[in-house]
Amino acid sequence: MAEFVRVDSSTSGHTMDKSITLPPDEIFRNLENAKRFAIDIGGSLTKLAYYSTVQHKVAKVRSFDHTTKEATGDNLYEISVQEEVTARLHFIKFENAYIETCLDFVKDHLVNTETKVIKATGGGAHKFKELIERKLGLKVDKEDEMTCLIKGCNFVLRNIPHEAFVYAKHADSEFRFQTTQPDIFPYLLVNIGSGVSIVKVESEDKFERIGGSSIGGGTFWGLGALLTKTKRFDELLQLASKGQHTSVDMLVKDIYGGSYGSLGLTGDLIASSFGKSATADKEFSKEDMAKSLLHMISNDIGQLACLYAKLHNLSRVYFGGFFIRGHPVTMHTITYSINFFTKGEVQALFLRHEGYLGAIGAFLKGAEEDNPNQYSWGENYAGSSGLMSVSPDMNPMQRARSGTFDMLEMDRLEGKLVNLPLLQDASSYIPDTVDLTEDAHAREYWLYCFEEALDGVVKRAVASQPDMPEAAERAEKFRQKYRHKLQTLRHQPFAYGSLTVRSLLDTREHCLNEFNFPDPYSKIKQRENDMALKYYQKAVKCLDELSWEERQYALVRGVLAGNVFDWGAKAVSDVLESDPEFGFEQAKRQLEERPWLVDSYDQWFERLKGPPHKCAMFFVDNSGVDIILGVMPFVRELLSRGTEVVLASNSGPALNDVTNGELQILTESIAAMDPVIQAGLREDRLTLVQSGSSSPCLDLSRLDKVLAMVVRERKTDLVIIEGMGRAIHTNYYAMLRCESLKMAVIKNSWLADRLGGKLFSVVFKYEVPAPSQHSAALTPS
Amino acid sequence: MAFNGHQCDDESIDEDETPTKQPRSNKEMPGCFINEPKNEAAASAGRATSDRRTSNSTARQRSDSVKKTRPPFPWFGMDIGGTLVKLVYFEPKDITAEEEQEEVENLKSIRRYLTSNTAYGKTGIRDVHLELQDLTLCGRTGNLHFIRFPTHDLPAFLQMGRNKHFSSLHTTLCATGGGAYKFEADFRTMADLQLHKLDELDCLIRGVLYIDSVVSSGPSECYYFENPTDPDRCIQRPYTLENPYPLLLVNIGSGVSILAVYSESNYKRVTGTSLGGGTFLGLCCLLTGCSTFEEALEMASQGESTRVDKLVRDIYGGDYERFGLPGWAVASSFGNMMSKDKRESVSKEDLARATLVTITNNIGSITRMCALNENIERVVFVGNFLRVNTLSMKLLAYAMDYWSKGQLKALFLQHEGYFGAVGALLELLHPS
Repeated sequence: MAEFVRVDSSTSGHTMDKSITLPPDEIFRNLENAKRFAIDIGGSLTKLAYYSTVQHKVAKVRSFDHTTKEATGDNLYEISVQEEVTARLHFIKFENAYIETCLDFVKDHLVNTETKVIKATGGGAHKFKELIERKLGLKVDKEDEMTCLIKGCNFVLRNIPHEAFVYAKHADSEFRFQTTQPDIFPYLLVNIGSGVSIVKVESEDKFERIGGSSIGGGTFWGLGALLTKTKRFDELLQLASKGQHTSVDMLVKDIYGGSYGSLGLTGDLIASSFGKSATADKEFSKEDMAKSLLHMISNDIGQLACLYAKLHNLSRVYFGGFFIRGHPVTMHTITYSINFFTKGEVQALFLRHEGYLGAIGAFLKGAEEDNPNQYSWGENYAGSSGLMSVSPDMNPMQRARSGTFDMLEMDRLEGKLVNLPLLQDASSYIPDTVDLTEDAHAREYWLYCFEEALDGVVKRAVASQPDMPEAAERAEKFRQKYRHKLQTLRHQPFAYGSLTVRSLLDTREHCLNEFNFPDPYSKIKQRENDMALKYYQKAVKCLDELSWEERQYALVRGVLAGNVFDWGAKAVSDVLESDPEFGFEQAKRQLEERPWLVDSYDQWFERLKGPPHKCAMFFVDNSGVDIILGVMPFVRELLSRGTEVVLASNSGPALNDVTNGELQILTESIAAMDPVIQAGLREDRLTLVQSGSSSPCLDLSRLDKVLAMVVRERKTDLVIIEGMGRAIHTNYYAMLRCESLKMAVIKNSWLADRLGGKLFSVVFKYEVPAPSQHSAALTPS
Repeated sequence: MAFNGHQCDDESIDEDETPTKQPRSNKEMPGCFINEPKNEAAASAGRATSDRRTSNSTARQRSDSVKKTRPPFPWFGMDIGGTLVKLVYFEPKDITAEEEQEEVENLKSIRRYLTSNTAYGKTGIRDVHLELQDLTLCGRTGNLHFIRFPTHDLPAFLQMGRNKHFSSLHTTLCATGGGAYKFEADFRTMADLQLHKLDELDCLIRGVLYIDSVVSSGPSECYYFENPTDPDRCIQRPYTLENPYPLLLVNIGSGVSILAVYSESNYKRVTGTSLGGGTFLGLCCLLTGCSTFEEALEMASQGESTRVDKLVRDIYGGDYERFGLPGWAVASSFGNMMSKDKRESVSKEDLARATLVTITNNIGSITRMCALNENIERVVFVGNFLRVNTLSMKLLAYAMDYWSKGQLKALFLQHEGYFGAVGALLELLHPS
C-alpha cells in the first residue's frame, strides 16, 4: 500500500500556533505570475506546487553596426541588460498546521486569474478539499496518488543530477550520490507509507504495482504506539535509535549458542523477532521494543523488496514514503536489510526530493499542455533548501522542524540536455574530479576559499552595474544568501548532492542571478576582448614566421599562457587587479618549463605529424587573451591542417568565460582580419555551438542537444577541453571514445599542491583511447 | 550390543499389507475431518500383536549393514528449538520374554514413565493423538511417541535424565535444532550424556519424507483445504504426496525457514524470516499479557483483526481497482492503531487476532514470492506455530490460493512440529 492512510489525530499539528507570519518573498515566490497549482497533502506535511515565469535580467551583447556608427569608441560590441522571461517550478513543503495560513497568503498574492483548478493528491486531499476550494476559489481535481508518485519520481531522476543516493551510516560521508543514468528505466519503487507498495516502472507511462505488504510504516507506528505508549512517529524512531533489540529478539546465538555455521547464519542474526518477549513475567524497555519493531519491519520490507527485485530482474530499487523520508534510522535499517538479503547485489537507493514526488507528479498532470517533459530542468541552488538531515543524534537543532518551510525550485533550461556522444561509458561518467562530500580536507579548503573570495565577487557585482544605485543593496543580499549557503554546506555538505567545486561555483552563479547580477564580468570581458583583438594579427604573424615544429609548440604555449588570464582564479585575479598591464608575454614567462606537471606534448606532436583529424570539438574557457590570442591561433592551425573545428562555449555567462553570444562577435571580427578564419566560417568548417551550460565547469552528460548532433554529424574525432574548471575540476578523469586533449594552467596553489605541482603548473593531457576498445567499437564481431 | 537381542527381519515385511488407521485426536483440531471415535487409553495401550509392518519407504532404507548396526534401546530423536524441545520415542512392542528379562531396570523405568503418562512435570506433554502405532523400525515393531516441552525447561529434563541414570544406558542421543549445539555442554555436565548433533534442516526433510511415507495409506498425513477462499465451503481434505518434488517446505517455529526440496538429499534453504511463531507469541504476551501459545490462540480465535488493521476499503471505501486490490485486503497491519481513539477501543482478543493474521499473512507472502522465484507450485507448511492453529492454516491456504490465482497449493502435515525429531531418530537408526 502506498501512503494511503495518514492519521491526523496522531499529528500534533492542530495544537500548533498557526498565526505565523510568513516571510513572503522567500517562500511563496513569484506568485504574481503563478499558474498550474498542485497540492499533495499527506499525514503531516503539505506540498504545494506551482509554475511561474520569472523575469530576470540577462546580459546580451550586440555588435555595433560599424557602417553607420563609426564613433562608438574602441568597443567592438555593446552590452545591454535585457529582461528575459524564463519558466520556474516552485515546490514548497510545510506542516499541515499552516495550510490555512498558506492558502490565505497564496490567495492574497495571486494576481493571475486564468487558473481555475488545482490538482490534488495525497491522503489528506479529500479532507482539505472544501478548505482549498473556499480559500483559493479553485476547483480541486483529484489525481491518483501512485500515478503522481511515479511521474514525480521519473521527473526528478531525469532532471536532478545526484538525486538518488546510497545511505551508509558509518562511512565518511553518509550520502553517496549516484550519477544520473542515461536511461532511468526500469526501476522498482518501494513506497513505504502506512503499508508498502512495490511498483515496477518500465517507462514514462508504464508502471505496475507488482506487490506490496501490509507491514509498513503504519505497523511501526500503530504497533509501536501500543507497545510503548508513544504517540508520535518521530518519537518512536527516536526511541528505536536508542534501544537494544537483542533483549527482545531471539538471536541465532540464543538458539545455537553461537552461529549456525553450515548455513552461514551468524550468531547475531535475528532468528525470531520478539522471540524473547514470549513471557509474562519480564519487563522490556520502550527503547528496546521500538528498536526490535524497527528491525522487524525494515527487514521484512527489505526482504520482500529483494524477492520482487529478483523475480523481475531489477537492480535499481528506490525507497520512499513517510517511513523513509530522510530519516537516517530507517534508511540505515532498510539499507542493512537489502545488503543482507541480496549479499550486496542490489543497493537500496533513496531520493533527495522524495517528499516532493507526489506534488511534482500532480503538477505535471496539470501541466501536460505545457509539455514540461520536453525540456530539461535544473535545480536552482539559490532557491532550494537542499536536503536536511533529520538525524536525531546528528543535529539536535534540526529536530525542531516545525515552522520550517522547505523549498525546491527548478528552472527550465534552454533545451533538452543530453550526453556527449563520445563518452566512453555514459553510465559511469562522473564529471567532478574531487567529491568534497567525501574529502573533508578538500571541503574545508574550498569552502574557505569561496568565502574568502566573496568580498571580491560582491565588489565586482556592484561595479558591473554603475548606473544602478540599488546594486549595492542587492549585492549585499547576494552576499548574505551565498554566505548562508556556504554555511549550510559546511554542516550538510550533502544538501545538494555531492559537494564539488563545480556545485560551489554553480551555486554562486545561481545566487548572483537571483539578485539580478546576470553577468558581473561583462564589462571586464568587453575591455579585455577589445584589447586582445588588437594583438591578434601580430600574434598570428609571429607564429607564421616560426618553423612548423616550433609553431606547434608555440601554439600550445599560447593556449596555456592565454589560460592564465582568468578572473575565476584568486591567484590571478589578484594580479590582474593590481597590474592591468599583465601581458601575454609575461604570462608566457610565468609558465612552467617542460617537462610539465602532466606532459604528453611529445605524443601530441607525433600525432600532428600524422593525418589531420576530421573534426575537433573545442570547449573554450575565458574571454579576452585566452580565446583570442591563445585559442584562435590554435584553431587556425587546425583549420589549415584540414580539420574542421567546432567551438563550444557557454550558453550563459559564468565569471569571465566567453559566452556563445560574445564568441560569435569575436569570431566575426577575427574573420575580418584573418582569411583562414574567414574561409573556415564561409565553408562551414568552423562552427560555433553553445554548450547548454552557464557554469565555469563542464558536465559532459548535460550538453545542448545541438552540440551532440554536431558531434555526430561531423564525426568528431578530437575533443579539446581547456581550463581549470573544465579540464581539472571536472573531466580530468573523463574517458572519451576519441582522442582528447586537456589543457590547463593550475592557478590555485592548493590544487597545485594536491596534484603534486606548484602554482602555474601545466597540465597537458593528450589521450588516445585504448586500441582494443576502439576496434571493438568499430568492428562488429 | 547387549540389549540388542533382535536383528532386523526383512522377511517379515509385507509391503502390500495395509497398515491400520491410527487414532488421532480431533478434539484439538477443530478443522479436522477425522471422525474415528478415539480413546486415548486405547491409543496409548497399543496392541500386542502387530498387523502393521512397515511401508515401502522403510523397506527402501533398510539394508544389511543396518541390521548389524542397530543401536541399543532406548531410541530417541530430539529437536531442541528456540521455544520447544521436541522428543520422539520409539516404544518397542515386540519385546520377547527373554528380552524383558534382560532389559535393565533403568530402561524399563524410562519406557514405563514415558508411555504411561501423557504429561510430564508441569510443562511436558505427550501428543497422544499423533502417536504412530505398530510401526516397524529397523526390524522392530512398536509405537512412536511424540513429546514436547518448553526449551526453558530443559534443565529439569536433564535433571530427570540424571535421576533416572539415563547415562548408564550408554545410548547415543541424536539431537538436532540449535539447542543441540547450545546445550551440548549441559547434557554432558548435568546428565553425563553425549549428544550426536545433527543439522536441523537435514533432519526436518528426512522426517517429513519418512512420516509421510509410513502413514501414506491411512488417513492422510498430508492434507489441504478445499475451497480455501470460501469460508463456508472450506474443508480439510487428504492429499497424497506421491511425487513430492519439487516442493517448498516452510518450517514455522520461533522463526521461519523456507526450503526448496528437489529430492531427499538435494535441497536448499531459500530464505527465512524472523517473523515467526516466536514473534506471534512474543507480541501477544506484550500486547495482551498472556503467557502461553494456547492462551494467545484462544484469544485470537475470539478477536476481530479488522478493528486493528487498516483495510483497503477503510481507505478507498471499497476495492482499489487501479491495482486490483480487494477492499477486504489489509492495507496496513495495525494501521488503525495509529489513532489514539481506536487504540482505546480495541480488545486484547482483537490485538491477538491481528498479530496472528499479520504474522501468518506475512509468511504467506514471503512464501509465495519464494515459490515464484523457485518456480515451485506445492508448498508444505510445518512447524509448531501451526499446532492447533487452524486459523493460520486456513489463512495460509487462502493466501496461497487467492494471490496466486489458484496456482499454488498449501499443504499441511499432521505431525507438524515433530519432523526434526523424527529425522534425528532416523539418523540414529540409519546413519546417512
